Amino acid sequence: MSGATTVSEYQATHTVPGRMGIWWFLASEIMVFGGFLAIYILYRMASGGAWAEMANHVSAPIGTFNTIILLTSSLTMVKAFEAIDNEKRKQATNFLLITVILGLAFLGVKAFEYSSEIALGFTPLSGTFWAFYYALTGLHGLHIVAGVIFNASLLVMAMKGTLWPNTQHRVEYAGLYWHFVDIVWIFLFPLLYLSY
Amino acid sequence: MTEQKNAENGHSEELSFWRKYVFSTDHKVVGKQYLFIALFMAILGGVMAYYMRWQLAWPETAVPGAGWIPEPTAFGGIIPPEFYNALTTMHGTIMVFFVGMPFLLGAFGNFLLPLMIGAKDMAFPRLNMMSVWTLFLASLVMIASFFVEGGAASAGWTGYAPLSADPIHTGVTWGLNLWILGLALEFTSFLMGGINFLTTTITMRAPGMTMYRLPLMVWMQITAAVIFMLSVGPLIAGAILLLLDRTVGTGFFIPELGGDPLLWQHLFWFFGHPEVYVVLLPGFGAIMEILPVFSRKPIFAYKTIIWSTIIAGALSFLVWAHHMFVSGMDPRLAMPFSITTILISVPFAVVIFAFMATLWGGSIRFTTPMLFALGTVMTFIVGGATGIFNGSAPVDIFIHDTHFVVAHFHFTLFPDVFLGGFAALYFWFPKMFGRMMNETLGKIHFWVTTIAFNAVFIPMFVLGLGGSMRRVYNPLQYDFLKPMQGINEFITYAAIVLLLGQFIFMFNFFWSMFKGKKAERNPWNATTLEWSVSYPIPHDNFATIPTVYHGPYEYSLPGNKSDWQPQHEENEPVSG
Amino acid sequence: MLDHWFPKNISTYGGEIDSVFYLIFYIVGIGFLLGEAAIFYFLIRYRRRDGKKAAFVNGERWSQAAWIIIPTAIVLVLDLWIDFAGAQAYDAIKGEMPVSETIVQVTGKQFNWIINYPGPDGIFGTEDDLTKENDLYVPVNKAVKTILKSEDVIHSFFVPVLRLKQDMVPGRTIEAWFEATETGKYEIACAELCGYGHYTMRGFLHILSEEDYAAWVSENWPDTNSESN
Repeated sequence: MSGATTVSEYQATHTVPGRMGIWWFLASEIMVFGGFLAIYILYRMASGGAWAEMANHVSAPIGTFNTIILLTSSLTMVKAFEAIDNEKRKQATNFLLITVILGLAFLGVKAFEYSSEIALGFTPLSGTFWAFYYALTGLHGLHIVAGVIFNASLLVMAMKGTLWPNTQHRVEYAGLYWHFVDIVWIFLFPLLYLSY
Repeated sequence: MTEQKNAENGHSEELSFWRKYVFSTDHKVVGKQYLFIALFMAILGGVMAYYMRWQLAWPETAVPGAGWIPEPTAFGGIIPPEFYNALTTMHGTIMVFFVGMPFLLGAFGNFLLPLMIGAKDMAFPRLNMMSVWTLFLASLVMIASFFVEGGAASAGWTGYAPLSADPIHTGVTWGLNLWILGLALEFTSFLMGGINFLTTTITMRAPGMTMYRLPLMVWMQITAAVIFMLSVGPLIAGAILLLLDRTVGTGFFIPELGGDPLLWQHLFWFFGHPEVYVVLLPGFGAIMEILPVFSRKPIFAYKTIIWSTIIAGALSFLVWAHHMFVSGMDPRLAMPFSITTILISVPFAVVIFAFMATLWGGSIRFTTPMLFALGTVMTFIVGGATGIFNGSAPVDIFIHDTHFVVAHFHFTLFPDVFLGGFAALYFWFPKMFGRMMNETLGKIHFWVTTIAFNAVFIPMFVLGLGGSMRRVYNPLQYDFLKPMQGINEFITYAAIVLLLGQFIFMFNFFWSMFKGKKAERNPWNATTLEWSVSYPIPHDNFATIPTVYHGPYEYSLPGNKSDWQPQHEENEPVSG
Repeated sequence: MLDHWFPKNISTYGGEIDSVFYLIFYIVGIGFLLGEAAIFYFLIRYRRRDGKKAAFVNGERWSQAAWIIIPTAIVLVLDLWIDFAGAQAYDAIKGEMPVSETIVQVTGKQFNWIINYPGPDGIFGTEDDLTKENDLYVPVNKAVKTILKSEDVIHSFFVPVLRLKQDMVPGRTIEAWFEATETGKYEIACAELCGYGHYTMRGFLHILSEEDYAAWVSENWPDTNSESN
């Protein structure tokens, strides 16, 4: 990656600014989601049976399916990054494509889940659990949307061939972000789908 | 995000007016943009303070200069209680988030940080530009909230739920939604800024610029950035929930719907106390630069100061419930939080003693920046000392939510933001605008500001001890407050003098910008890197990146003829 | 002179609060004066003079750092003293609640205080409750327990002369107590911003002598003697 980034001879360290910037960004994101989850857990602990009753109505199988989708997409993201590192452009493009498709699939499943829940009458106004459910998955969903857009922009550049030779390191940053969004889901899944 | 072709070779190509002054990626231009936003918002906040003070001194009489405000916000200059509450709320919000942070972090952080560490620009210049424009947008949103139906947010700058969670309690609808939105944008802006500060400092220091050779201003800026980054997250989550309560109709903070109002207070203060240090540290950073220059001495105990502020920053995450001693939380929590709160005075005592020790044995010159810096230290001591009263749980039972608290936090934030900020502005003005500010006007400005400030807020402590509650629209409603009305009137006279005194500054600022005496490259004989470049500083700052040989405060080195040793010069300067 | 700062104190525990305040005031006040005096002295003593060079002292050596370590240690000790005194006073106020026969429920509501007495049966929510607005009658020299509630937003029950302040949070029931030592009529204020009428939320605390209170009770509370007869 040397030469592609702004690290030049005068700098004090060899850490790439972009990578460090992403890490600081993720640190602040951790505090947002961490705070959110702490609030959720406090409310869950303070409430009793009514919560379990509400939490019983989310579909654990659909949630599991979506978890698998996201985990797979994390894997393909790693593969894309690996391919970039090994200068395999075609392979990198393909893996980026799969990652974007999986991201869209996750959103599709989520949309289906939302609509079926709303059809059953479970809206954000149906109680504290549901309010949290929509707020948390909604915020996470927005992060997925942002990630898909980021990944798709890299994909377009890869297909056009403009990703090289100056911007391929962005795949690493996109990957770090994408893994973070996955990890958030790993926390959300048991807390929301298995909290009865 | 990371490429910076412009920064690399921007000096060779002529940029258009828009790219040069408006949508500029140059950290120096961005810093000045922050400065102008902060000064503009400070005027707004000041005018609001004037309206409030008038109402408190002569309740329900027409405020001179408020006649233009249309109904139903005000009635021929008479301020109704709804607008009064909006004024207190917005004054607090604007002064903390739209003046304090942009002035100290935004303006001086951006302008100085790359110069001080010997970098050509920030690590992410475009992100930097985006952060200032996000703040601009946030400011517009805040200002716009005054003009929507129902008026601006009026639930206090702390926005306690459920007053803030349901429009039926205040009658404020979009005003408060916009308040949340504006704050969210402001947080985003400073998160972006913080990422830039940290990444730049860690990765882009000039050769020889070790972490322990960084000027303290840089240390304070990055410490503040870390504190902000780690504290604001939970409040962002809380703000999302509050906005959902208001717009969708959920009940996260509404007890009838299963929510908990105290949660908001925990989230707000978990952020709120660290936030105080986010504003405080950069102001102190400026003082730490100025005291050595005009004492011609190294700052006392450089490393100890760094670690003290880091410890204070860490402790600030463990004190938040001292704002909630009477909130109804479990009383057993009060004493642990009281102890952490009072202990936080220890690292700050170290810093203040270090300031004093810096003066000892110096050769002190009373320039305008030095006067403001000394004023900051001497008035801040009052703010710090009165914090002990608030931190003591039993005493807080009585003084909580009285004007004692209001006086206390003004005594911490005003010296820091305004006295410290003015010190920084008078000090770095030559580097920012190439000219000197007028010293005589500067000194008059200093004396008017500090004397009037003390005249406003010292009597306010007495008011608070008399039991006077804050955020009360008309103190004459209460018989026990009536005898103290004279104090209220005195405070208002002093506040008017304080505000009028700022015209001296404004005149000096703009006049000096165009007509001031041309500044030399290093008018104060200071050692840090920003003084090694001449005005106008090119877009990429340093023609060749300097090599750093010395610590930041090597003044009056034994054996040296001259009393200063620039960081980038291996041997002592010839001229002296 | 200091006595004029606070409102009159007629609470059994008000003195504790005031004395912790004075303790802090003297400690902090002396420290403040010494600190400011030292700064003034340094400024005059070490002002710039021709031919006089500043000392090179960077505080990195322990012998130099002692100049700030020792004062800081003193600050720490004084802090602990303040903490200790504060903890004792706080415990006296918020610790064990004394047994009280007089129990009143005060509910904050935009922008009034609703005062509930349990009536002769001593139970809230029964028919013989007495409800008043903004006027709280209590006996002197008796511990009074207040049950604080809110119907809408957060209010804060503040009686300056009692040194009593306690937020009332909707959805919660918070208890506070006081024991007045003097009779008279005093003001109750709301100390937490609760909306546009916050400043009008004023009530009165009537502290009555034992006989007056008994008379007030028999005059105002529903008469249960007729039932039992």
